[in-house]
Amino acid sequence: MTSKLADPQRTVAAPVAHRRGDIPTRSVVAVLSPILVAAAALAVHRYLPDEQLPPLSWLDTLPAWRQPYPVVLALVGAGTILAAIAQAVVPLLRPIVRHFAPLIAGATGVAIVWEFVTTKMNWLHQPFFPGPNEVFGAMVEDRVLLLESAWHSLQLLLAGYAVGVVAGLITGILVGWFPRVRYWAMPALKFIGPIPATALIPLVMTIWKDSFPCAVALIGFAVWFPMTILTSSGIANVRLSYLDVARTLGAGRFYLIFRVAVPAALPNIFVGLFMGLGASFLTLIVAETVGVQAGLGWYLKWQQGYMEYAKVYGTLILSAVFFSTLMTLLFKLRDRVLKWQKGVIKW
Amino acid sequence: MVSIPVVEGAALRAANVSKTFAAADGPALVALDRVSLEVGAGELVSLVGPSGCGKSTLLRLVAGLDRPSAGELWVGDEPITGPNAERGLVFQDPSLFPWLTIRRNIESGLVARGVLRQRRHEVDEYLRLVGLEGFADAYPHQLSGGMAQRAALARALVNHPRVLLLDEPLGALDQFTRMRMQDELLRMWESRGTTLLLVTHDIDEALYLSDRIAVMTPRPGRIDQILDVDLPRPRHRNDRRFLDYRVRLLEMLNLTGGAEDEGDTSS
Repeated sequence: MTSKLADPQRTVAAPVAHRRGDIPTRSVVAVLSPILVAAAALAVHRYLPDEQLPPLSWLDTLPAWRQPYPVVLALVGAGTILAAIAQAVVPLLRPIVRHFAPLIAGATGVAIVWEFVTTKMNWLHQPFFPGPNEVFGAMVEDRVLLLESAWHSLQLLLAGYAVGVVAGLITGILVGWFPRVRYWAMPALKFIGPIPATALIPLVMTIWKDSFPCAVALIGFAVWFPMTILTSSGIANVRLSYLDVARTLGAGRFYLIFRVAVPAALPNIFVGLFMGLGASFLTLIVAETVGVQAGLGWYLKWQQGYMEYAKVYGTLILSAVFFSTLMTLLFKLRDRVLKWQKGVIKW
Repeated sequence: MVSIPVVEGAALRAANVSKTFAAADGPALVALDRVSLEVGAGELVSLVGPSGCGKSTLLRLVAGLDRPSAGELWVGDEPITGPNAERGLVFQDPSLFPWLTIRRNIESGLVARGVLRQRRHEVDEYLRLVGLEGFADAYPHQLSGGMAQRAALARALVNHPRVLLLDEPLGALDQFTRMRMQDELLRMWESRGTTLLLVTHDIDEALYLSDRIAVMTPRPGRIDQILDVDLPRPRHRNDRRFLDYRVRLLEMLNLTGGAEDEGDTSS
């Protein structure tokens, strides 16, 4: 009995040790692998001749050792050394470093291939396929504008997501709990919900003059639908014995809804939160390319107009970091809130 | 344990209670047909019978979770109109709230009734009573079946129910755990004074625990006979008189011909 109790906590505390999805390599090789790959990347960068002719840019004024790509590679190497020392001193860091080091090495390997097929061999041509040095250079050059865009996107996204989540929770609980609401609302939901939020752009533009509330409404709509559907199905499918037991314990309607049905529906609600987040990313970028005069989507569209593909890729990299960070935060929140669930959820 | 207040059990009375379920196709199912039963205050009565005889249906009616199609149900001198914390219910599946720790599960009745602040100190006593003081902060999925069932029992008991309704509470446990839990159940019942109505498949369990055993027959569900088990506690399962009662109970069940209804899961 007691061993059963100890088990789940242990898997949470040391998640990386020997779980599926880990590479079974020697730890020394694993930890130091990024240095080796970064050195190979530097060699390719330094000693292979360039076949692709990059456009004139501010990079031409920099000496070879201060070019962005070799600096990034040097940072990878230096970071690896620091991480290797840190994990040798602090045992707590060991599984984390051993997990991520081979992945960093792999990413650096992708950069080698990237530079090889663009700058070095010119198999992919300018201006659509710049090499890593130019892309990193573009990110450094436009860093202020990029960060401002990301900040603006974040504000818009959070506002729209919050509106959609709150609205979706409210309608989801109403539809899931009250059969009469369900009868009237379900057909309407099935009719309105599947409309892609972006198809409503002409409609919202007639409601608000300003582009910000338009975009908030669009993102909110995109999030609201999956939130409503999943919340309501979670509430409607709560195990009846939970409700029966709660009733015999003296629970009133408020307790039944908010202390039994909603917590029981949380796994479903989180599926809705994830689907809503994905939908909000899509809607955000479209809204910013169409109407809003700021943000990552706007910057992307603008640079594409000038054929500045190095900046387009730079924005894509930043967007990837931006979106995956938000996803990761939501995963962390889910792991905290749903820690009562049996075992580890695999999705 | 001493500090847990003894509650006054309440008498139960079912008078000509019937329950029919409308079936989508075919005739309506008569789950209970004019069932009458009286349980005295502080008495321990078991309902036994084959699957589909309406034992659980009767228990749900007493709990107030379902309404009878006809007839009347009383607890003390009040008619039963809906679920109430004075009639606690424990299912075969412990149905602990998986999102709450064991302590918060046991507290849930107090929270629902808004009396947690005054009664919080009792939670620890009930945790100790059911031997789960070391598992207060564990989640239900971390407990074994027997531990979860004890937690469910504590969750019902902390409300001081005057009537405790148990629907095959030990049915899912292995034989060893089950026999130990039967003793714990008796200990709790004897120390509390609660009226206890127990649904069980298990003839030995009914004989070991009950003051009286109501024998039910299926289709339609009826209470045919009631067996008074006039044995002092603690009872011995291989005692001559215990075995005599066992034979009589088996005869009662066989004579009514109910044993052929295996495989029906509607109980």
